[in-house]
Amino acid sequence: MKLEAHQLIKRYGSFVALDGASFRTGDQARVVALLGPSGGGKSTLLRVLGGLLLPDSGQVKVDDVPLPIDEMGALRALRGNGFVFQGYNLFPHLSALENITLPLLAVHRWSPHDAKRRAVELLARLGLADHANKRPAELSGGQQQRAAIARALAPKPSLLLLDEPTSALDPVMTGEVLDVIRELAESGQQIVLATHEISFARKVADWIVFLSHGQVDVSCTANEFFQKTQSMKARDYLQGLCRYR
Amino acid sequence: MEMKKVNAGALGLLGSIMLLGVLCFALYATFASVHYRWNWQSLWEYRMQFLHGWLTTLIISGGAMFVSIILGFALMLGCRSILQPVRFFCTGTVEIVRGSPLLVQLLIGYYVIATAVGVSDPTLVGTLLLGLFEAAYLAEIFRGAVESIGRSQWEASKAVGFDKAQTYRFVIIPQAVRRALPGTTGELVSLIKSSSLLSVIGIEELVQKVRVMNSASYTALEGYLPLAIAYLVVTLPLSWTARRLEQKFTYET
Repeated sequence: MKLEAHQLIKRYGSFVALDGASFRTGDQARVVALLGPSGGGKSTLLRVLGGLLLPDSGQVKVDDVPLPIDEMGALRALRGNGFVFQGYNLFPHLSALENITLPLLAVHRWSPHDAKRRAVELLARLGLADHANKRPAELSGGQQQRAAIARALAPKPSLLLLDEPTSALDPVMTGEVLDVIRELAESGQQIVLATHEISFARKVADWIVFLSHGQVDVSCTANEFFQKTQSMKARDYLQGLCRYR
Repeated sequence: MEMKKVNAGALGLLGSIMLLGVLCFALYATFASVHYRWNWQSLWEYRMQFLHGWLTTLIISGGAMFVSIILGFALMLGCRSILQPVRFFCTGTVEIVRGSPLLVQLLIGYYVIATAVGVSDPTLVGTLLLGLFEAAYLAEIFRGAVESIGRSQWEASKAVGFDKAQTYRFVIIPQAVRRALPGTTGELVSLIKSSSLLSVIGIEELVQKVRVMNSASYTALEGYLPLAIAYLVVTLPLSWTARRLEQKFTYET
């Protein structure tokens, strides 16, 4: 896939989350990692790229096709994507299984039989076969996040967008979730991932977009970024993260 | 373990019954200390009137509850509308209805507005007005419940592709119902009792019937004890059902 952003601006009141962010990945990018310090605009950019958030101005192109900029068009476009959030954001009143089947039934018009089969298959694949009928409150953080990934994957999205999926998890659960994401990446799923897990990004990402203060500082292949980036900000950031690892 | 649970339950029940007994005795003793002379016989002759009033109260309250829940929900949606005129209208309606006395609304609503539009059935008009009055309160309870659902649930709903109606239907309302239940129950109990005001537009509901009974049978307070019980017979099961529902909807930590 080729991701392209042109002069994206997004304000929240007086706070400017994206301040003219522009970048363009290579034509064959498969796993794009958004890196950068907190408050730099990673989450906002991820939402804009996925069509979840409309920018105040600017444009996003996926494989040279511009994203719609009206509410209904954006909703239709984002239905082809899957989202995973830092706080899991499962629906607390539904079981893990229902969390997955409900969007399939209500949005994607699957038959109940197909939806259930897909949900059971995904839960088993993500190691949650025994937890299908539990509510989110009965699951651990790692299990909730894996259920959330299953929900995002269920309609077979062309693009999976993950917003700091392990930031709320302890190291063991972080490992569980990262394993899942790596498997997905290796199986060919197209991914955009905002993260602070540098060594993980180094392992799975093939394109890096480094953001700070709402602007794209670096956009290059992962190899280039980790070997010889010229950006001082990016170097400082990498050194800061690696100090205790 | 199981045995202990049973024992604790039995002890609790026994304690409650004893407390109730003490309360009843205290009430009896209070009446005895002021030398109140009971006169139940003359009242008994009016039992059918009492029943009739009770049924009227039930019918009006039931109808008004239905109206208030539907209208309260609509007003809540209106107060959250993205269209400013709709939002202003609904917020204004809530504030005016909630802030002015039900008595005034009933008198003006029945004698002026209903007459102007040619509706003369006091039961119908009274039910609608009472429903509107409580709807204003329910709208705010519903709004509080809906707005207590975090932004992340809205975002997650959009992320899985739900449009606004689907988000309300599948995500927000099921969670908001649980949070709105305690307040709503209180409001519905209050509605049942507020129905006594409908006598001002000529509806012979329970309180009015008891007043008539008391004056006709030359008794002073006899009618009011059965009156309290007649209300409790309806309000207690309502509260109890609501508690059961709350337990059923418990899913969060």
